Amino acid sequence: MPELPPALSGFWVTFRTQFQKVNTEQYPEQKDKFPPKPRFHGRHQLNRWADGLEKCVGCELCAWACPADAIYVQGADNSEAQRFSPGERYGRVYQINYLRCIFCGLCIEACPTRALTMTHEYELADNGREKVIFEKQDLLAPLREGMVPPPHAMVAGMDSHDYYMGKVTGATEQQREEVQHEEAQREEARRQDQGAAQ
Amino acid sequence: MTATSNDKDTAQAAAEVEMVTGVIDGHEVTVPKGTVIIRAAELTGVDIPRFCAPPLLDPVAACRACLIEVEGMPKPQPSCAVELGDGMVVHTQLTSEVAAKAQAGVMEFLLINHPLDCPVCDKGGECPLQNQAMTTGNPETRYTLQKLTFPKPINISTEILLDRERCVMCQRCTRFADEIAGDPFIELVQRGAHQQIGIGEEPFDSYFSGNTIQICPVGALTSADYRFRARPFDLVSVPTTCEHCASGCSLRTDYRHDAVMRRQAWDDPEVNEEWNCDKGRFAFPYLSLDRLSGPLVREDGELRPASWPEALRLAADGLGRARGRAAVLTGGRLTMEDAYAYARFARTALATDNIDMRARAIGPDEAGFLASQVAGTCGPTYAQLAAAPAVLLVAFEPEEESPIVFLRLRKAVRQHGQQVVTVAPYPSHGSTKLSATLVPAVPGAEAHSLAALPADVRDLLQQPGSVILVGERAATAPGALRAAADLADQTGAHLGWIPRRAGERGAVDTGCLPGLLPGGRPLTDPAARREVASAWGVAADDLPTSAGLDLPAVVAAIAADVATRRSAAEQGDEAPANTIDALLVAGVEASDVPHSDALLRALQDVPFLVSLETRPSEVTDFADVVLPVSVVTEKEGTFVDWEGRRRPFARSFPLATTFPDAEVLALLADYLDLDAAPRDVPALRAEIDSLGAWGGERPWPGAAGATDTPNPGPGEAVLASWRLLLDRGIMQEGEPYLAGTRQPSVARVSAATAAGVGVPDGERLSVSTDHGTIALPVEITEMPDGIVWLPMNSPESRVTTTLRATPGDTVRLGRE
Ligand code: SF4
Ligand code: SF4
Ligand code: SF4
Ligand code: SF4
Ligand code: FES
Repeated sequence: MPELPPALSGFWVTFRTQFQKVNTEQYPEQKDKFPPKPRFHGRHQLNRWADGLEKCVGCELCAWACPADAIYVQGADNSEAQRFSPGERYGRVYQINYLRCIFCGLCIEACPTRALTMTHEYELADNGREKVIFEKQDLLAPLREGMVPPPHAMVAGMDSHDYYMGKVTGATEQQREEVQHEEAQREEARRQDQGAAQ
Repeated sequence: MTATSNDKDTAQAAAEVEMVTGVIDGHEVTVPKGTVIIRAAELTGVDIPRFCAPPLLDPVAACRACLIEVEGMPKPQPSCAVELGDGMVVHTQLTSEVAAKAQAGVMEFLLINHPLDCPVCDKGGECPLQNQAMTTGNPETRYTLQKLTFPKPINISTEILLDRERCVMCQRCTRFADEIAGDPFIELVQRGAHQQIGIGEEPFDSYFSGNTIQICPVGALTSADYRFRARPFDLVSVPTTCEHCASGCSLRTDYRHDAVMRRQAWDDPEVNEEWNCDKGRFAFPYLSLDRLSGPLVREDGELRPASWPEALRLAADGLGRARGRAAVLTGGRLTMEDAYAYARFARTALATDNIDMRARAIGPDEAGFLASQVAGTCGPTYAQLAAAPAVLLVAFEPEEESPIVFLRLRKAVRQHGQQVVTVAPYPSHGSTKLSATLVPAVPGAEAHSLAALPADVRDLLQQPGSVILVGERAATAPGALRAAADLADQTGAHLGWIPRRAGERGAVDTGCLPGLLPGGRPLTDPAARREVASAWGVAADDLPTSAGLDLPAVVAAIAADVATRRSAAEQGDEAPANTIDALLVAGVEASDVPHSDALLRALQDVPFLVSLETRPSEVTDFADVVLPVSVVTEKEGTFVDWEGRRRPFARSFPLATTFPDAEVLALLADYLDLDAAPRDVPALRAEIDSLGAWGGERPWPGAAGATDTPNPGPGEAVLASWRLLLDRGIMQEGEPYLAGTRQPSVARVSAATAAGVGVPDGERLSVSTDHGTIALPVEITEMPDGIVWLPMNSPESRVTTTLRATPGDTVRLGRE
């Protein structure tokens, strides 16, 4: 091919590209067609044990590891009346600031209980600072089959070691009843409050 | 100050001690004979691992973490217990395979039963075991069997939790309890791998229990209060001074965001060494409890929020109208700078000498004593106290009223057999731990006991360096202060005055007493007035010339004003001018004052009341203007401890938006169109320093003689009482775990007195006056007959408000 003058050679590139395979992924139209890779670092998740108790022990190691100072944790004491995790301690306040997070995953490596992992969710942009500071309830894993929401007791006869050893496989009837009973009592209290208010 | 001569003494002493030279890791080091190897190694920059060897406890070599090799000795030696000898050649882990292996072996043993608790352990992040596991430990465990487990944690008191799995048996806690505090409740039990810290039958209710948490090298001892609250890297640490008592402890305040998380003792060898008491450590939640958020002014009988300019305008107008007829009550909790600002504001802006820093029982002798013996002076010091061969305590219970003084005395008793003599109604728990000799005294008649002091006690005090300590309670015993001062003159002993509150000494030094100007200057001395007037930029004639009224006199004057107004109104006459037209009150708690009902009535009756407070109180309830002020974490300042030593501290929260008292007073002075007083702490300090102490005469006029010893009839007794360290003081509010370690409230009488009213040991005794009755279980105590002791301000026993009595008063006893 004869040498084109420089001004035209640019047009030639454009013309030639029109007939090549398109690489652009259309977002959001095509997002389901292109799922993130398996080890993609997306939004964090706070996992649960098989009976619904939280894995996070509020140790703050994730916050300590974080190079961007994106995590804020406050631990607290599990009591007999209010148990959120097996063992003594749970994370009472848990926040991740997604304006700071750089998705490095160091927090995941630091977590001693595998409470913290990362999901594939990446649509985290929003139009206000407070909306991108995720609280514990935004980060907690959804309740799956066989889980009941804490606070509730550990599986009868098990202790925190048994949870770590994977001996707990789901909520027991007793735990279910406890949660239902608590819920009924709260409902009753609400009704009474409303009655009193009226 | 006497500390200089002290330094010389120590230097001389140092020159005389024998020195030895040894070789550690190839470096020669010369240390005083008796220095253990671990400390000598520190001097060469070599850090040997250790768990059981904090510097202030006797060596025990319990943990074996510090093993090192000494040439010529067959086995590795514990470096914390073996003294460096002359010519000794030592190899630490840095140069000796044997030492390194021994240390790693000990580490492995220690970790065999140690739980994998770091993520849930409060020590995590500042744990010597974690650190040494990283430096000296094996990365992999060889131990595959079941670890020893215990139920955890267990409460050894409401505040202190013990997790036996984490304990490394270093015995720091048991040795602290035994050697320092003298409350040995926790002990090692069992042996070998099953060894553990056991608890006795009784809870570990020591006033110093928090120190065991701080010195525990692992997370075995933790506090209920700080449990799971924060990690060390969350915390910003600020060195501060404790605001609770006159011991003057150096503390470290750790805060996260805008809340104090914990407080710890800070190392200050001259004052608190490495310790503090549980009140200073745990009683800080009050700092953020129901704080006043803005000024309040009274409108139609109700307080309503107001802006600062409005509130300041009203306060300034009211105070300005009362110029010359106002009074200032400052309580005993202010910093030195704030106290000074009140002293200056009273004399200049209010043109009055009616100022009193005491919110407690006071006596006629006291102001003279403080002005002539205490104000602007320095010493005796802790060092003198520790070195004293004998110490006489007069109306002073160190363990309850100034705990670090107690620790220093106990150390001296243990180390060189110091003899402590106490003039008190009975040998208290603290006196017993000091092996103190009791000179029995009927409360209020301490002067008689001092006059009739046994000859051998006088001989003790004649030894050079002896000390006499009088407590603030001595003021209520007529003649006792004079007797103590005379005794000090006769025997040559140093005389020290120990108030209870952190702010009292600073207020004395800065002139918050009637008749006393800053630096111990007598108001009645024209030269002293001139010095102060020139520093304040006022004419000397403008300062008051005669001593003003103290708190009881102010209260009485307001009552008299009311009576005069009433009788004038009845006669239809024009009312004469009031003596007191306005009151300016800082942090005063009415119930601290005997006859608090009279004070409350005065607060209600005074025509104009301005209150500078941090939280709503009985004073703000009656105030016309309430101006909120800063708490200690929000301001810088200085507390002056009982020695007269300045204990400056910085602001903890850098962004604090509240005003300290001194700044509010400066604003008020602005509104009064007065020459501006200094408003920030450096300027106030500079002014206090430039005034300095008074060099002239310090008269102590008016000798109040001792009164007769009261003679209670049948069914009556003389009241003895003091405040316990942990009681229902408002600065301990909001800390239920600390409150749980309070001593149980009991009434104490002798067996004969109890038998006289027919109350057997343990039954409830009722103690009454015309105003009320306190009923408490009785504890038969070895003490003179005809005396009953009650805790002054415990939840079940509030002597000032229920009985409205002061120690020395006669009360009625009965069976409940
Ligand atoms: S992913 Fe990285 S930046 Fe984000 S929270 Fe975790 S540690 Fe912090
Ligand atoms: S997520 Fe994991 S690392 Fe973070 S606080 Fe919870 S348990 Fe600790
Ligand atoms: S004591 Fe130290 S090593 Fe032991 S669990 Fe606590 S932080 Fe970890
Ligand atoms: S509880 Fe702590 S201080 Fe006491 S022996 Fe155990 S490790 Fe040492
Ligand atoms: S530090 Fe030496 S044996 Fe414990």
